[in-house]
Amino acid sequence: MKILVPVKRVLDYNVKPRVKSDGTGVDLANVKMSMNPFDEIGIEEAIRLKEKGVATEVVAISVGPAKAQETLRTALAMGADRAILVQTDDDVEPLALAKIFKAIADAEAPGLVILGKQAIDGDNNQTGQMLAALTGWAQGTFASAVNVDGDHVSVTREVDGGLETVKLKLPAIVTTDLRLNEPRYASLPNIMKAKSKPLDTKTPADYGVDTTPRVKTVKVSEPPVRSAGVKVADVDELVAKLKAMGVHS
Amino acid sequence: MKTLVWVEHDGKAVKDATLAVVTAASKLGEVHLLVAGSGVDAVAKEAAQIAGVGKVHVADNAAFDHNLPENVAPLVAELMGGHDAFLAPATTTGKNIAPRVAALLDVMQISEILSVEGPKTFTRPIYAGNAIATVESSDAKLVLTVRGTAFDKTATSGGSGAVEAVSAGSDAGISTFVGAEIAKQDRPELTSAKIIVSGGRALGSSEKYQEVIVPLADKLNAALGASRAAVDAGYVPNDYQVGQTGKIVAPQVYFAIGISGAIQHLAGMKDSKTIVAINKDEDAPIFQVADFGLVADLFNAVPELTGKI
Repeated sequence: MKILVPVKRVLDYNVKPRVKSDGTGVDLANVKMSMNPFDEIGIEEAIRLKEKGVATEVVAISVGPAKAQETLRTALAMGADRAILVQTDDDVEPLALAKIFKAIADAEAPGLVILGKQAIDGDNNQTGQMLAALTGWAQGTFASAVNVDGDHVSVTREVDGGLETVKLKLPAIVTTDLRLNEPRYASLPNIMKAKSKPLDTKTPADYGVDTTPRVKTVKVSEPPVRSAGVKVADVDELVAKLKAMGVHS
Repeated sequence: MKTLVWVEHDGKAVKDATLAVVTAASKLGEVHLLVAGSGVDAVAKEAAQIAGVGKVHVADNAAFDHNLPENVAPLVAELMGGHDAFLAPATTTGKNIAPRVAALLDVMQISEILSVEGPKTFTRPIYAGNAIATVESSDAKLVLTVRGTAFDKTATSGGSGAVEAVSAGSDAGISTFVGAEIAKQDRPELTSAKIIVSGGRALGSSEKYQEVIVPLADKLNAALGASRAAVDAGYVPNDYQVGQTGKIVAPQVYFAIGISGAIQHLAGMKDSKTIVAINKDEDAPIFQVADFGLVADLFNAVPELTGKI
């Protein structure tokens, strides 16, 4: 079984995003970029399935600028077998991404596509579900456990208030949540080896997908700032403040 | 504009998350509801009484139990033939279903709206709430998820919606529900609680969380929360997590105890009405957003607070 794993190059999660003064977006010039953390979990899960003998090949895909090659090389260094870069400088929306992944899925015929539940820049949380709709496959979103059994996969999902397990017919779509696994670090020999693994470069047009945005960003602004309040001297003063607000047992 | 709102329910009653979505939908136009599942008459009756509701579509079919998106999304897509906008709460259920509906309609979804600025214009958080985008859709129909804490809840009475049965829908046969482990808590749910008591890494252990955090929450009838660091350290289960990667909350009062205030945690609770922070590090970033800050050893201060409140 082949597994496809889309990965996105995003602002590193430890970097505080700064809104550009002209309100057109978040400043991405000269800041550290990394693989979206949820996608890293996706790569790790695919590699583990390969190590267990469930998967035979892991293909990493990225839609983005030439620099997204670095993100794909990271995926290859972790253990993916080959990569496809769908190169574009446009900011591609989830619906168009899903269309590109659908075209790749048609060509590659994977058993699973594992995506991050969301990218930490746009926070859309849509692409996996949209790909499931376009392929007509079942979806196991926000996964904290994935078990392939014959022609089905059981996915334990993180839902509000607890966990839920669904059984899906393969091929299927899985989106990852944080607790699914802890991604490995790539070793130096594997980083070297990744440089010679195959990486194909394509364009959205190769897949016949129009990436014109459907949603226009009118402006991007800073969130309202919360100012610090007061420090209380001791528990008694805190209790008095809380009681004044009507907070008591 | 005719809107269709996904009613989140547990088979017996309408969940609160639905009420904020109705408020958002009413800013766009006429509000219709969809109740899906088997044996949901009571839910439909309750839904029809929500203030301002025009019509309640009831799809009574076991295929829709457990909200399997493979079965539910085609039903919604079909009903969207007669509606202009589909709105769902930004809960794990809404997030699971809405994008599948959007793709079936060839529409770009707008996720987690915070406000309605115009018939096709909304604000939404990006970068975990570190930036707010104002966006405008150019699609013929709208598919939206709604952040519950950003809208008031519509009243649960005063409405007289007409209940109408929908015959559409079937089991796609590609997914089945196996089971759920829903934490049974004798306390309010995190996302709808008026008071939340959250503990962080400084607690040091699961035992200390139980010993220090839980009694205060019991006394205030509060929900229990935690930082990602406390979850990662195994003090509490992941569904306690408040933050960018956990739950987004906005209670009346939020107690951050032994929580330093990492960006990722602040993203999940900074819209709380009042924030109380107890931390022994006076330079902890949490104090920059706290309305009331107490610099103290939590192992002394919290039991004292529990005793005196």
